[in-house]
Amino acid sequence: MLTKRIIACMDVRDGQVVKGVQFQQLRHAGDPAELARRYNVEGIDEIVVLDVTATLETRRALRNTISAVAKEIFLPLTVGGGIRAEDDAAAAVDAGADKVSLNTAALSNPGLITTLANRYGSQAVIVAIDAKRRGGTSDSGFGVFVRSGTADAARDAVEWAREAESRGAGEILLTSMDRDGTRAGFDCDLTAAVSDAVNIPVIASGGAGGLEHFADVFTRGHADAALAASIFHYADTGVADLKRYLRTQGIPIRL
Amino acid sequence: MTVAIVSYGVNNIGSVRRALVDLGADVVLAEHHDALAGADRVVLPGVGAFGEAMARLRAGGWVDALRRLVPQGRPLLGICLGMQMLADSSDENGTHDGLGLIAGRVRRLDALGCSLRIPHVGWNDVEYHGASPLFAKIPQGTDFYFVHSYAFEVGLPDTVRATTAYDVPLVASVQREHVFGTQFHPEKSSRAGRQVLKNFLDYGRC
Repeated sequence: MLTKRIIACMDVRDGQVVKGVQFQQLRHAGDPAELARRYNVEGIDEIVVLDVTATLETRRALRNTISAVAKEIFLPLTVGGGIRAEDDAAAAVDAGADKVSLNTAALSNPGLITTLANRYGSQAVIVAIDAKRRGGTSDSGFGVFVRSGTADAARDAVEWAREAESRGAGEILLTSMDRDGTRAGFDCDLTAAVSDAVNIPVIASGGAGGLEHFADVFTRGHADAALAASIFHYADTGVADLKRYLRTQGIPIRL
Repeated sequence: MTVAIVSYGVNNIGSVRRALVDLGADVVLAEHHDALAGADRVVLPGVGAFGEAMARLRAGGWVDALRRLVPQGRPLLGICLGMQMLADSSDENGTHDGLGLIAGRVRRLDALGCSLRIPHVGWNDVEYHGASPLFAKIPQGTDFYFVHSYAFEVGLPDTVRATTAYDVPLVASVQREHVFGTQFHPEKSSRAGRQVLKNFLDYGRC
């Protein structure tokens, strides 16, 4: 049986892992390669590296970070943040990424999803959606924000996820901005709304605080994978403990 | 032990290369089929679309070079799309000829009866059948990392060496003599995947 995936996310700035609350107040959380090594030993299923500054000056530093992380793990590696054109995606893949995650660029230039899907296959293209309750234009009750959550994209999250799928996205990485960094639990309503509307896997993100939050998002939220950052970085929740717990809850998990 | 990785313009081969180097192999990134001459073993990786990948293999003169490995008795491992290209043909975006090394046809998961999400992404447990050299020292039911929208429908049942259960059984590994294929990514499958690659390197060694 296909297992539910546990994904560790590292937000990287200037070669260091940082983590904020509701997209603000970034603080340092360690060295990416060192964290990747630990997660690999603990049994993480995938790793995501997001360049949270993504300026031209940091692009080279990001390439070094990707290579350093890829050296540590024999696991799927996704890279996102600042991928605005085919060349950015190619640089990430050349440095060792298996998948790229598009966010702002996918909305401003949806053709990029298709271009990358044709070049690398849909499985390599993740569309990341930062969603907020009652934000902007939202028939489903969830609006979409871009530019690291600072700008209202005037799109509905469910409708945009459907479009991303039809344009060739292989997965949706869905972040609840309301829950990001709060440890109040994933937004299961948001996750279920998107997950039920598409036929590609949905990765839930934002709000992981305790073991039961993961069980909730897999059952009530219909998520295929759950992503967390700070609770893994600071070792509040061990990946191995989490996975054993989820097994006891009857959720299919790789141990 | 020299292993050539067929490098025909698809990404990402970094992790296959690292895994094989870690296992002590001398790895050659073969950008021209001449580079297969000195290899004891050949790995054919692959991501992306079948038709495009086969067109690249044909344009680079790889097709005959890969087919020659069979009478020469040199082991070949196709990974993911690399396994699918061992088939006779694929239905991905039209019909395309494959390498024809293992009888069968590659079809989209829904055409094979699958009604779950496509692509099939993530870790799924693999059951291998009979004595399968690639799965030596690996417990039945071990999880491997899959990511694919198409799957191998074999022509000869005895070439199926392992399956995985989505809502329908999917072929996870094929073998005909010393031609091997894995639908999953051993190079992305942590320790178990490393053992599969080690088994491939050990195959046929005295």
